[in-house]
Parts: sequence; C-alpha cells; structure tokens
Amino acid sequence: MAIEIPQSFWLYFTFFALLALDGIWCILATRNLVRILIGLEILMKSVTFFLIVAGYLTGRMALAQALVITVIVIEVVVVVVVAGVILGFFREHDSLDVKNTRNMKG
Amino acid sequence: MTLLLVVLVLAALWASMATALLRATLALALSSALLAVFMFSLGAVWAAVIELSVCAGLISVVFVSVISLTEQRPLTELLAQRKSRLRRFWPLPLLLIAVGVGLSFVHTPVQIALPLPSGDGDVRTVLWTLRQLDLFGQIMILLAGVFGVLVLFKKEAKDGD
Repeated sequence: MAIEIPQSFWLYFTFFALLALDGIWCILATRNLVRILIGLEILMKSVTFFLIVAGYLTGRMALAQALVITVIVIEVVVVVVVAGVILGFFREHDSLDVKNTRNMKG
Repeated sequence: MTLLLVVLVLAALWASMATALLRATLALALSSALLAVFMFSLGAVWAAVIELSVCAGLISVVFVSVISLTEQRPLTELLAQRKSRLRRFWPLPLLLIAVGVGLSFVHTPVQIALPLPSGDGDVRTVLWTLRQLDLFGQIMILLAGVFGVLVLFKKEAKDGD
C-alpha cells in the first residue's frame, strides 16, 4: 500500500536533520567523555523525534509509540552503563579526556 | 508547532555548546521536556509521558551524579578549555542555519510504501500483542544493563578493599 506523505514532512525532516547534525558534531568535536554521551543523547532524541513524526504522518501512531518506548528503554540502559564506564575510567585515570582511552588494555 | 521545534533545536545546541557540564545537562533535560510536549501535541501521549519521566528525569539524574562524582578542574584549565571549545564549536550554529535554510527550499513530493498491515489502535494492544519480541528484547537489555552496572561497581569495591 503506497501513500502520499504530506508536505509538512520536509519541515519535520529539517528539524530532524538539525538535531542529528548537532548530535554528530557534539560527538566528533569534543574529547570529554560526558560530552560525547550528551551528543549521543541528542542523536537519540533526533531518532525518537523522527519515529513519532513517521507515526503521525502515516497514521500509525500506536506502532510509533511502541517503537519509541523501546528506544527509550534502550537509551536509558546505554546511558547508565556508559556512565558507569565513565566513572570507572575517571577513577582509574583521573581524567575524562578520550585521548587517555588509548592507554587502556585490550 | 514550528516555534516549539525551533526552541527544541536551540536547547539541543545549548546542550552541545555549554561550557559547564551541569548547564549542558540542564539543556538536555529541557530538550527532552520540549520533545515530550511535541509528542503530546501530536497525540503520542504514552511516549510523551515516558520521555518526560525517563529522559528528562532519570537520565538527568544519572548525568548530574556522574558530574558530581568527577572532580572539577582548576580555573585556568577551564578558561583554556573554553577557548578551545569555542574554536571547535563556532561553525556549528552557522552550519545548522545553512542546513535549515537549504532544506526549507526542498518541497519534493514523498510517496512511501507501507510494508506492514495497519497495526493501529491502542498503543498497549500494539505493544503487548504485535511487538512482543520487542518487549522480550527490552527485558533482556534491562537485565544486561543491571548486570553491567553490578559488575562495574563490584570491581570497584574489590579494588577498594
């Protein structure tokens, strides 16, 4: 079944692109591990945003919400585990600089 | 609606550019809250509630805990870092404006094929009947997260003994 998406798609897509670009830049331009996690969060927000918009434009909001709930659960687990790793890294190296990860074993 | 989305992008931009980590966390919580308002205005009530309580609440608490458990740097180092950050981040607002203006000229009609039969109705029905595998995956991921955190802190306790 093919459907025509309303023109408002491009408005939403613009904001999705801006959010995603912001998140990617934040990840690439910083060396602080907490800031990299913040960038990852912004990137996840753009994905959540676009899922909801997709559900709204295709008339399948219930399915989109179910997927968003799944994404949020995964997001929380990722943030909590990475926060634990960052804390462990800070206690070991007394720094949050990503350059120091080169000295890690493994 | 457009104004709400503009403020959302500005909050996200503030989160990525703020020098102080606590301010960045606050901006991230603000962007989560704005996203929840946007979801609510589109009719995604359940997702909005979970976004607001989990992303704006719980994740902010995790961030604040991490920041409070890591030591603050000396003032001279912070000032040097601010200059370095400004050098790396000043193109970002310009790039966002350029991309936003560029995409505002695109009006190509979009037509998509929907692969799945319409599973619309109540979100609870979809989640518990159509997406059971997702629920199973969520439980597994939650358990993996719990065990991951347990292992991380267990190792720390052993080192401290």
